[in-house]
Amino acid sequence: MITALRNFMGWIDDRLPVTETYEKHMSKYYAPKNLNIWYLFGVLGFVVLINQLLTGIWLTMSYVPTGEAAFASVEYIMRDVDYGWLLRYMHSTGASAFFVVVYLHMFRGLMYGSYQKPRELIWILGMLIYVALMAEGFFGYLLPWGNMSFWGAQVIVSLAGAIPIVGEDLAIWVRGDFNMSGVTLNRFFALHVVLVPLVLLVLVVLHILALHEVGSNNPDGVDVKKHLDAEGRPLDSVPFHPYHTIGHDLSAIVVFLFIFCAVLFFYPDGGGYLIEHPNYEPADPLKTPELIAPVWYYTPFYSMLRAATFPLFGLDAKFWGLVVMAGAIALPFVLPWLDRSPVRSMRYKGRPSKVFLVLFVIAFFILGYLGTVHPTPLKTLIAQVCTGIYFAYFLLMPWYTSVEMTKPVPDRVTTG
Amino acid sequence: MQREKAVSKEGVGIARRKFLIGANLVVGSVGVAGLSVPFVGSWNPSARALAAGAPIKVDVSKLGPGEILGPIPAWRDKPIFVIKRSEEMLEKLNAQNDRLADPSSERLQQPDYAKNETRSIRRDVIVLVGLCTHLSCSPKFRPAVQPESFDPDWVGGFYCPCHGSKFDLAGRVYAGVPAPSNMEVPPHYFESDSVVVIGEDEDTA
Repeated sequence: MITALRNFMGWIDDRLPVTETYEKHMSKYYAPKNLNIWYLFGVLGFVVLINQLLTGIWLTMSYVPTGEAAFASVEYIMRDVDYGWLLRYMHSTGASAFFVVVYLHMFRGLMYGSYQKPRELIWILGMLIYVALMAEGFFGYLLPWGNMSFWGAQVIVSLAGAIPIVGEDLAIWVRGDFNMSGVTLNRFFALHVVLVPLVLLVLVVLHILALHEVGSNNPDGVDVKKHLDAEGRPLDSVPFHPYHTIGHDLSAIVVFLFIFCAVLFFYPDGGGYLIEHPNYEPADPLKTPELIAPVWYYTPFYSMLRAATFPLFGLDAKFWGLVVMAGAIALPFVLPWLDRSPVRSMRYKGRPSKVFLVLFVIAFFILGYLGTVHPTPLKTLIAQVCTGIYFAYFLLMPWYTSVEMTKPVPDRVTTG
Repeated sequence: MQREKAVSKEGVGIARRKFLIGANLVVGSVGVAGLSVPFVGSWNPSARALAAGAPIKVDVSKLGPGEILGPIPAWRDKPIFVIKRSEEMLEKLNAQNDRLADPSSERLQQPDYAKNETRSIRRDVIVLVGLCTHLSCSPKFRPAVQPESFDPDWVGGFYCPCHGSKFDLAGRVYAGVPAPSNMEVPPHYFESDSVVVIGEDEDTA
């Protein structure tokens, strides 16, 4: 039996490198042994991705992407389709969970310098995944065709109109109509279920291939490839499978699923943060909801958009809002070249780096909160200050990382 | 002899290869550009969407002074505000012009026949596209002259709940709000005293 199986695998391997690929990426992929809890969110992101793909495909089986039938078909899924409510809540909760794990995953990168040489491409591919994910969430949020779906998309598509000269025509081209309509809904559906998921999958594969080419960073930010054993394996690393997969990732997935299911079954609309209340009314092109707030994962950027309130160089405040928001998303792409520090990990960086990272996170949270409430002059001022901190974190980084005193980095990893 | 210079050791014609690659790139790029036309073009408003953008007729005879027409009609799926302003409203209209960003409607947000101090053909009845010029939320009609939370000296107008833009009763934007320009006046004309046609000019009808 064993021999037969071995022969079969041999036959396959001569034609398709299955064993070789498995070894390269699983059983002989050496990851540092001191990886901590912050290193679990990549795997969790993968778990949520699978959840989104599966539930998404199943939802399309009952969903109708037209202006007339979309809202009713979501109600149909919720009330009449067996387990339809579960599939839909798994998908809507999964969207928020996706951003939670991705934000934590990105914070890990900031904290341990995982974007530094030689991992620049991993970071850039990750940023592309993040942008694709934002697009995916945006297109998907229109599909229930509730009133918040409608007006949220209206506001964001109108942003294109802020571009001088071509803006208005561009907005009409994106909508395929003079105002948001079933035409827009239909094309957003195609983008949400086909184009962006394909792009996301390709990017995720590239992200992982790039990671496995240079190897994982670790909380100490030391290069584990400097100390190899007789067979050329890093002394401070262990094979990804089974040490990391069974040892850590599996239990992390179980804990994650506990939290995920608690939200899914007890707070599926997250108190109006995961599914906003005006979305229980069908889209009405003639009636704007009292407060338009995007879903929580976009609110920091929405705050920055609103923080631009004055014209500059003869261009409207509306245009500068777009520039600030686009800049806030674009700036992290060049992070690997902004950090001039000789060390990777926050453990060995100087005080300025730590202070700026803390300020950055606080500003991001405050911006996130402000994006969910009505603007007042005071709140707008706070948003402007926080936007300043957000940009300062990146733009001053070449300065504060090159002047600060760093601590000596150990030769080998310190924990684990 | 000239030919031999361009031939490498292995007998490969380098110059010839470069030329072929270049020619293929040029022709290929033209092909890709041409192929993108139907993909980009299919995103334009379809013939049906264009036809649905035809003008609408609105009866204003039952509209009282100070009232907005309701249910709000839609043209090209956009809300259309039709308001009959009272004498009182019209008197106050140009009293706060110094607070407006574009009081004399210099920016092209209206047809020429509405570029006047009431931004309308008839002094009392104004027709506006009911979308904020900031990010296209639909502003609320707040006609009462009373202190409001967003403006203690409010003399009536439109207030956008999304980002706090303010407009007067002629749809003119206040200075210092996110909206950059006055609300749009769509092309329109009066077919009779009571019927206004919205969506085309009188001379093109």
